[in-house]
Amino acid sequence: MTVQLDFMAVLRDWPMLVTGVVWTLGLTAVAVVLGLLVAVFCAWARANGPRWLAFVVGAYVELIRNTPFIVQLFFVFFGLPAAGVRLSPVTASLLALTLNLAAYGTEIIRAGLEATPRGQIEAGLSLAMSRVQIFTHVILPPALKKVWPALVSQIIIVMLGSAVCGQIATRELSYAANVISASTFRTFESYIVATAIYLGLAWAVRRALNWVGPRFIFGR
Amino acid sequence: MVDFTLWDILRNLLLAARWTVVLSLIAFAGGGIVGLVLLSLRLWRERSFARLFNGYVGLFQGTPLLMQLFLSYFGLRLFGIEVSVWVSAGLALTLYTSAFLAEIWRGCVAAIPKGQWEASTSLALSFYEQMRYVILPQALRIAIPPTVGFAVQVIKGTALASVIGFVELTRAGNMIANVTYAPFTVFALVGMCYFILCYPISLYARFLERKMNAVRR
Amino acid sequence: MPSVVEASAPVIVDIAGLHKSYGDVEVLKGIDLRVQKGEVVCIIGKSGSGKSTLLRCINGLEVFQDGGLTVDGRPLLHDNAAAMRDLRQRVGMIFQSFNLFPHLTVGANVMLAPTLVKKSARPDAAAQAHRLLDRVGLADKFDAMPDQLSGGQQQRVAIARALAMEPAVMLCDEITSALDPELVGEVLRVVEGLANEGMTLIMVTHEMAFARKVSSRVVFMHQGRVHEIGTPDELFGAPKTPELQQFLSSLHN
Repeated sequence: MTVQLDFMAVLRDWPMLVTGVVWTLGLTAVAVVLGLLVAVFCAWARANGPRWLAFVVGAYVELIRNTPFIVQLFFVFFGLPAAGVRLSPVTASLLALTLNLAAYGTEIIRAGLEATPRGQIEAGLSLAMSRVQIFTHVILPPALKKVWPALVSQIIIVMLGSAVCGQIATRELSYAANVISASTFRTFESYIVATAIYLGLAWAVRRALNWVGPRFIFGR
Repeated sequence: MVDFTLWDILRNLLLAARWTVVLSLIAFAGGGIVGLVLLSLRLWRERSFARLFNGYVGLFQGTPLLMQLFLSYFGLRLFGIEVSVWVSAGLALTLYTSAFLAEIWRGCVAAIPKGQWEASTSLALSFYEQMRYVILPQALRIAIPPTVGFAVQVIKGTALASVIGFVELTRAGNMIANVTYAPFTVFALVGMCYFILCYPISLYARFLERKMNAVRR
Repeated sequence: MPSVVEASAPVIVDIAGLHKSYGDVEVLKGIDLRVQKGEVVCIIGKSGSGKSTLLRCINGLEVFQDGGLTVDGRPLLHDNAAAMRDLRQRVGMIFQSFNLFPHLTVGANVMLAPTLVKKSARPDAAAQAHRLLDRVGLADKFDAMPDQLSGGQQQRVAIARALAMEPAVMLCDEITSALDPELVGEVLRVVEGLANEGMTLIMVTHEMAFARKVSSRVVFMHQGRVHEIGTPDELFGAPKTPELQQFLSSLHN
């Protein structure tokens, strides 16, 4: 048998795809900014915070890392309303993505923090810097620089994982593919196109982050 | 409306968790075999297969597993192959796992010092003998911790098979949440089931890694 | 006492017009060298002169672009796996960094290639391994793991491992450079023993006193060419070219 593939039918819906890409990138961007802030705090808390806080952070990290993202998302979107917290698909997606990235980010950044030589901290102390100043100015930048490749990989994983958010009707790229496949009956082609776009996004985001990191996040 | 006790929910989830385990085992075993073949080809004929290998790995690591599942599900149907969701899910997860394992193992083989290749070459060992008696035994030792660690990713990955209608833990959770109207409890329990499956493996992988680093020093 | 080789001894290694480049950089610019059975040839020269590369060409670890190379009459054919396997059985190699197989015992290191390549029966291979380890002074280390040995001991195991293939020629690539000074002697004594027993040796070395003592001929390499070649007395006693004079005097400072 011959299979006729019609990609034009899918590409004709390009505004839908563009919207999907924008949402995918937007969700990822917000999750990255919030997630990394939480991750830095958690990494600090796990290494230097009070005992109970270190334990709570540890439990959070292990809980997230040992359960699937889709279950985390469903818990936030379907489960939380039963406890009185009603979230829109977008908010639920953002919350789940942020919590997920932050947990992995915590472990990655913590590994970087441990690599900072003791002497640099002592140098900071002898210059009468405060604990917070030492953390943000002496310890954190080289730690981030060291683990940036690992963080970039994790950010890509989270972006690709955000495809699941379409399952709760967040209008990101995979959702766009769902809608197009339903309207054109070109299911396979829709997902091929979406997959190809994801591949391009992964490549582009990796390049962008490798460019952004040294310039804005941790200095050269 | 029927009343569901906590035990009812849990019992049904545990029954479904069996299929999560079975699917994980299929993906891991299949992915291991395919990954080994890919890696062998790449090591055997570096020049011809390096690009193909990198492309394969890049493709599966650079696209969402969810899309891979959709493509496997609809792709097989498109070509007129009416298969059960077992085959679709098994195929996609096997290929996905193979790409990651092949890449992990490639890193382990690359970590074996060049001198080991040169010494075994100059002893007139064939490629197969080098791999079998010199390189793989050493690579295998350092490959075990990350391979065990990746098993956790595979188990979590099987949750996405629920989206194409494979009834495993997550799908069962969805169905039970719909009839019990207790999504908070159900999804908390689903999460707990995954945690109970994954956390011991994570701990074990970490233990192996620490043990290996201790031996090396 | 330098090995004396009769002019009629058969040629074991015959290198003719050998050229080798890495990309655009030509590292060997036409090497001609014949080594006869029982000769000990030491190759000296600055780092980057191509001496290690030349050595590694002889058993095909490096691929060369032009020229011919035969070992014991067997031509080196890079693309012919069977021919390479045949040739490598005739060529033993000892490396700067020992390269013992860390997951195998000392005995298993020595026995591996004979059992796989020569299809020796295990008891025969084991007996041979015991004999060779005894010869390098490590009879009691048969069941030890490599990382339990000193560098000097590891290098002696590596020598036994290479000897187990009963090669026609042994290549030694700076085999004492990675050793602590106090361990150099034990390795060189083993090599000297081999030389006295008539083993054909081609060595890249920085141990000039040793080279002078055991060599039948010394090769001075400079910028990818054999710059000067002759007996140890000729090269060390009366170097002809300014490059060799400079090289030798730089060693004394």
